[in-house]
This record gives sequence, structure tokens and C-alpha cells, in this order.
Amino acid sequence: MSIDTQTAARVAKLARIKVEDDQLPALAQEFSAILGFIEQLNEVDVDGVEPMVSVTPMRLKRRKDGVTDGDRQDKILSNAPDAREGFFAVPKVVE
Amino acid sequence: MSDLNKMTIAAARDALRAGEVTSAELTEACLTAIDGADALGAFVHKTPEIAMERAKAADARLQGREEAPAMCGIPVGIKDLFCTKGVASQAASRILEGFRPEYESTVSQNLADAGAVMLGKLNMDEFAMGSSNETSVYGNAVNPWRAGNSDAGLTPGGSSGGSASAVAADLCLAATGTDTGGSIRQPAAFTGITGIKPTYGRCSRWGIVAFASSLDQAGPMTKDVRDAAIMLQAMCSHDPKDSTSADLPVPDFEAALTGDIKGKTIGIPREYRMDGMPDEIETLWAQGTEMLRDAGAKIVDISLPHTKYALPAYYVIAPAEASSNLARYDGVRYGRRAALSQGDGITEMYEKTRAEGFGAEVQRRVMIGTYVLSAGFYDAYYNRARKVRTLIKKDFEDVFAQGVDAILTPATPSAAFELGKTFDDPVQMYLNDVFTVTVNLAGLPGISVPAGLDAQGLPLGLQLIGRPWEEGDLLNTAYALEQAAGFVAKPAKWW
Repeated sequence: MSIDTQTAARVAKLARIKVEDDQLPALAQEFSAILGFIEQLNEVDVDGVEPMVSVTPMRLKRRKDGVTDGDRQDKILSNAPDAREGFFAVPKVVE
Repeated sequence: MSDLNKMTIAAARDALRAGEVTSAELTEACLTAIDGADALGAFVHKTPEIAMERAKAADARLQGREEAPAMCGIPVGIKDLFCTKGVASQAASRILEGFRPEYESTVSQNLADAGAVMLGKLNMDEFAMGSSNETSVYGNAVNPWRAGNSDAGLTPGGSSGGSASAVAADLCLAATGTDTGGSIRQPAAFTGITGIKPTYGRCSRWGIVAFASSLDQAGPMTKDVRDAAIMLQAMCSHDPKDSTSADLPVPDFEAALTGDIKGKTIGIPREYRMDGMPDEIETLWAQGTEMLRDAGAKIVDISLPHTKYALPAYYVIAPAEASSNLARYDGVRYGRRAALSQGDGITEMYEKTRAEGFGAEVQRRVMIGTYVLSAGFYDAYYNRARKVRTLIKKDFEDVFAQGVDAILTPATPSAAFELGKTFDDPVQMYLNDVFTVTVNLAGLPGISVPAGLDAQGLPLGLQLIGRPWEEGDLLNTAYALEQAAGFVAKPAKWW
């Protein structure tokens, strides 16, 4: 399947990665090459096959739905690019 | 004692327990070797103060105590993918520049609890996406081996390229690696060392920067099979913080190393005989088969019919999971945020941050993953790949049900290649993982053992694949292969 620049632009947007317009044709070409490689999967008969969910069959553990940790605001914020007054700061979201 | 940095874990453990050497001496020898090896690009964050502090603590704990843990006082390197408290943990990405975790990964904590000494953080491909260590923000790690008389730089493989380079060059006694599609076994083969990826769920993934969560596993990269057994034992544990961590007892892997494989059945999969595979790989594989036969194993031809589809399935599933896992790098909570222009909103912040924070290969995989998960393509790509994955796992289950104990294959389709040679062709680069990726898709343990040299004097490895949770048996078969192969070559020092 061949990917056009419009699709490449849409994927970049969905992935929240800025791609300049002049880079889109090269990107579309790379996607086409990789998807062409992936398309071999269409040769496989998968009728009635369950898609794998977990590679090692195991029961997920359960635990009490209780607070086990907390009061670490300073540690959680310590790596933030912009933290103010105990919060993560971001550009204005709501007008 | 001289050349302490060249010791194996087993020899150092015995010397430490006997009081013939101190951890401080071992650690100093490694730190000196590291400082003299910047040309290898292996250690990207050195932590000599932490190392000496832990070495002294280990020496205090060792004081004539025979029962000190095997890893007590052993200097190791840690792949940059592991979060280490207060120490840069960047996954070799620009987007995690300046990140200092407030916590320690379970695996590196297990090693520290056993008394192991962290020397620093090791180079790798960005977010473990690569097979040549060329996607790292730190620059390339370089293979200590060189081809013939050439002085061209060779790849140590990837993604655990720094770990492989450091162990092969004796900068540390051993190192941690992680393996999503072959990232422990391929670099181990390229550098003449041993690397094991245990069964999915053996090592906790907690605190390891996630790439593809259903495939990622940590494992040791060591100078020989015995060291792999000792270090793997220290890394494994059940961890309530990782819901896929297996609640199973961890057996004594070293005790499994008897070297006796009489009566074991070794499968040779016909689908691993690839067109265009170099004769040397073919020959090595045949020699390895004979070695196991001579050691008393029964050799059987087997078929793993869906092998051909493992790589395309992997290049749907791994990018899909990566696109989801890497959504967290948004410039808000940690790492780098792009400089914004007047009027930029939150969407521009995300888009600019991710465009300048992620390298080209990571961007490519995140976008491929986004595409195969997007509305209209989810069934055609992602669900189909997951169904093929079920079939790949069934291939292995079928041969194990026929009585096969382990499977012998080449580890890689070639010896280490020149840096810069394949980098511009993603699909060509992906072919490096052709022999290793099936193991991740099926969740099985796999080990790469150095088994010979090619005509240019470069190491080649063989891979053994074992039954789930039977790492001890797998390590024992690897041990028998190692003894028969008698690989002792070391790279000539040029750095």
C-alpha cells in the first residue's frame, strides 16, 4: 500500500509530532516501504485464530483498592520542565 | 593481582569471598579502564563516586563471609534504559535530557541489594529502537573488535550496544541489557560475549523505560555462561509493581550447570536457513550442531512454519505498543520541553517537543504504530499481527510437545557490520533481528553464545532457545556448547 503525503501528515498529527511540509514526501515514502514489508502478513491464513493478548498465560493479581503511597508532590514535580506553586505548568489550554 | 577488570563474575566472587581481592580494587580497575575507553562510547554517564561508595559497603559486607551474595562487590554497568535513582536515565533520548529519576528500577535495585557496584550508565539505541546503536543521542557506541587489519569502526550491535562493548572490552565484569526483538542477543553475538533474554515475566519491567511492553525483558550480558547464570539469578524476582512479573520461585541457575546434556533433544529449524546467509554462518551452525551431538544430545530437524512472518508481525506490534508507551513524553512532567513561540498553545508544545526530542527512527516507529492502530487499519494490521503472533507461539509449543528441549539457530545473519553502512535503510536494518525476534513474540528464553570467528577475525554467535521458565536447562545446554566451542578470543586493544 502506498502512503500519500496527506496520510503522512494525518499520522504525524495523530502522533503529535511536528513534520515540516517539505519533509512529508520522504516520510510518506518511508512509510510505504515499511508497510510494504508488513503486508506479507496478508499471506497468512488467520481464520479462527485468536489475537494474542498475553504471551504467558497468567492470572493478573488482584489487590485491595486502597491508598498505598502518596505525599510525594515535590518528588513528582522535581523533573518537570515548568512547575509552579505545586503544579505542572502548561500553556493556556482553555480560552 | 593484575587486570582485575578482566575477571569473570565467578572468579571475582571466589576471590572476594576468600579475601584475595577487595571490591574497591576491582572497582578502581574498572573505573581506570572506563576512563581509558572513551573512544568506545560505551559509558555515557559515569558514576565513580557511587561506585566507590558501594564498593566500600560491599567490602564491609564481605569481611570473610562465605555466605555473601554472589554479586556482592561485583562492578557492573547499567544500560541507560534502567531508571537509577538520582542518576541520569535518558534511554539515549534527547527528550529525557536532564531526567533524574526519584526511584530505582526493580532489576537494578535487586542487583544493588545483592551488593553489586554500579559503575555508570551504558549507551544504547534511542528507546532501544535500533540494531546498531546508531540512533543514540550520545553518538555511536563502537565495537572493540575490528575486521582484519582495517581500522573502520564496527557496530557493537543494538540496542544494548554500550553494554556489549563495555563487557567485551573489559570495562566492567558484566552489564545489564534489555531485549525486545534481539537487543541482548544480537550485540552479544557481535562482540563475542554471552547474553540471555529470560522468559517473559522472569525479570520485572518496573522502572525500565518501556518500549514494547509485551516483548520487553531485561537480562544479563556477561563474559561467559556461568556469569550469565549468576547475574540472571540476582536480577530475577517476583514484583508486585509489574503485573506481568511471574510469581514463580527463581531456581538456582548456576547449580544447573553440569555440562551434561546426554539424552536432551535439540531441534534444528529448517526455516532459519535463509537465502543469502553467509557460508560462515551456515558452517558455524553445522559445527554447533555437531558439538551438541558429540556431547550426547539427540539432534532432530524441526519446522517452525511461521518464522518468515515474525519480523513483519514484530514491526506492527512493537511500533504499536511504542506509540502508546511514548505518548507520555509530552514536555509536561519530565524531560525536555521545546521553546515555544508567542501564541503557541498546548498542541504546538506537544508537537514541537516531540519533533525535537525524538530522533528519526523513534519518530518513524511512533508514527507507524499510530498508523496501524488508527481507525480503519486496526484490524487489517494490528489484529492480524496479533493473530500471526499466536501462530508463531504455537509453532514453538508444537515442537516442545514433540519432545524438543532446546532449539539451535544462528544468533545473527552476519558478523558485526560497519557503522554508517545500513543506517539509511530501515527495512534492511530490521533484518538483523530475523533470528531473535521470534523468541520475543513467543515469550521464550533465548541465549547467545560466542562460538567462533569469521574469516576477518570477527566473533559469531549461536542462539539456543529454551522452553518457558526453563532457563536453568537452557543455560546448561549453553554451557555444554560453550565448553565444546572453546571460544577464548579477545579483541586487540586499539582504544
